[in-house]
Amino acid sequence: MIDKFRADPMAALAPIQSGASVAVGGFGSSGRPDTLLDALCDLDRRDLHLIVNNVGSDFTGIGRMLAEGRIRRLTASFPVLPEFYDEYFGGRVELELIPQGTLAERLRAGGAGIPAFYTASGAGTMLTDGTFPLGYSADGDVAEWIPAREHRVFGGREHVLEYGIVADFALVKAFKGDRMGNLRFRLSARNFNPLAAMAGRHTFAEVEHLVGTGDLDPDDIHLTGVFVDEVLLASNLSPRQPAIARFAS
Amino acid sequence: MTQATAAAIRGRSREGIAARLASDLRDGFVVNLGVGIPLLIPRYIPADVEVILHAENGVLGLGPPAGAGQEDPDLTDAGKQPATLIVGAAIVDSATSFAIVRGGHLDVTVLGALQVSACGDLANWYVPGKNPAVGGAMDLVAGAREVWAVMEHVDRGGQPKIVEQCTFPLTGRRVVTRVYTDLAVFHVVDGQLRLKECAPGIGPAAVRERTAAPYIEDLDSGQD
Repeated sequence: MIDKFRADPMAALAPIQSGASVAVGGFGSSGRPDTLLDALCDLDRRDLHLIVNNVGSDFTGIGRMLAEGRIRRLTASFPVLPEFYDEYFGGRVELELIPQGTLAERLRAGGAGIPAFYTASGAGTMLTDGTFPLGYSADGDVAEWIPAREHRVFGGREHVLEYGIVADFALVKAFKGDRMGNLRFRLSARNFNPLAAMAGRHTFAEVEHLVGTGDLDPDDIHLTGVFVDEVLLASNLSPRQPAIARFAS
Repeated sequence: MTQATAAAIRGRSREGIAARLASDLRDGFVVNLGVGIPLLIPRYIPADVEVILHAENGVLGLGPPAGAGQEDPDLTDAGKQPATLIVGAAIVDSATSFAIVRGGHLDVTVLGALQVSACGDLANWYVPGKNPAVGGAMDLVAGAREVWAVMEHVDRGGQPKIVEQCTFPLTGRRVVTRVYTDLAVFHVVDGQLRLKECAPGIGPAAVRERTAAPYIEDLDSGQD
């Protein structure tokens, strides 16, 4: 029998070693897998390459990982948290800054077996011409630049070559999931979650509700369990207003 | 520069710019609104014009901001503020959201600007020395069918924001199709700025004095 459900986050995430690359779903705190991120912190993993759209606006989730010095490199479009930039300009964290749509498509492509694709996003800007610092040294000099992209003209427009992302692991959050790993998301908390899940060689999903197989109609499954290896329960449910309680199972 | 010493004049307010732009939105348009003045636009969209508002995080059919007691952590706009949906709204993932943008299915992206150049280059994502973050800006300007920049005509120091060449880092090259400011509306046609109208009470000379890029005067007759 397929049973991807795991009760203990720390035990489940133990195979994620320091130094791993980890794709993470969420847009700010919306749809962010905080139970799994907290478990990774509690396991004291460090030197991580996180692929996630934002750091967030406080010291929860990705912000906690930053505050505890666990991030080696961030691949993101919109870090936001001021303390992140202290780490970046101070030479303690690298920033691979890429356009948000390019980030989403790189994850999707990686998960779909597409090694690279061309896009006009970012063409002719410092994010693709090799003039944006990936990281600084401790004395404030640029230690490394984001590599310049290969350029090619299609239909008279300049495009840049972007590579698909395959991460060692992925951490995502869904509204409902079953033991087969089938997931259903809720409203805009879906965002990067299906794409991060696809991009992970091994994917963990935390769900607000574990449902029985068959409870999710096949036509209503947003992400098939094929992309999910382990399912855990989210420990901290966001407080919800009565107006939307009809969505709860 | 003459621009810095030009006498203070009063064109459209921020709300006035938003209202002027809103009058150009057509029934059925799919539109992305950036932060700042663009967020004032929805209140000025005529009742008989149905517009689908797109948010980068996968919302098609964004409604007004959520009021107190209405907030839902699973529903935010692209600025991560609590949002609502219109009836008929749809949710997609982030890759599909940007497929809509990149694939030319977004009719208009409306965004603030630091600078717009003579050929329609846009700078709006990064002020060197500050904290860099790009979000979806580069995808939006590269993919949307129309890119409408909305901004004050000059900066706080009185310097023109419509310039021959952008000095701030670019968001996209030759991407802007229209510019709406407190003083004027420009269109960009074949890589050339055209002054299409001046705000009420503003003459072409006042616009010329505060614009640091060459442009063609192509004022529509019958406009204010």
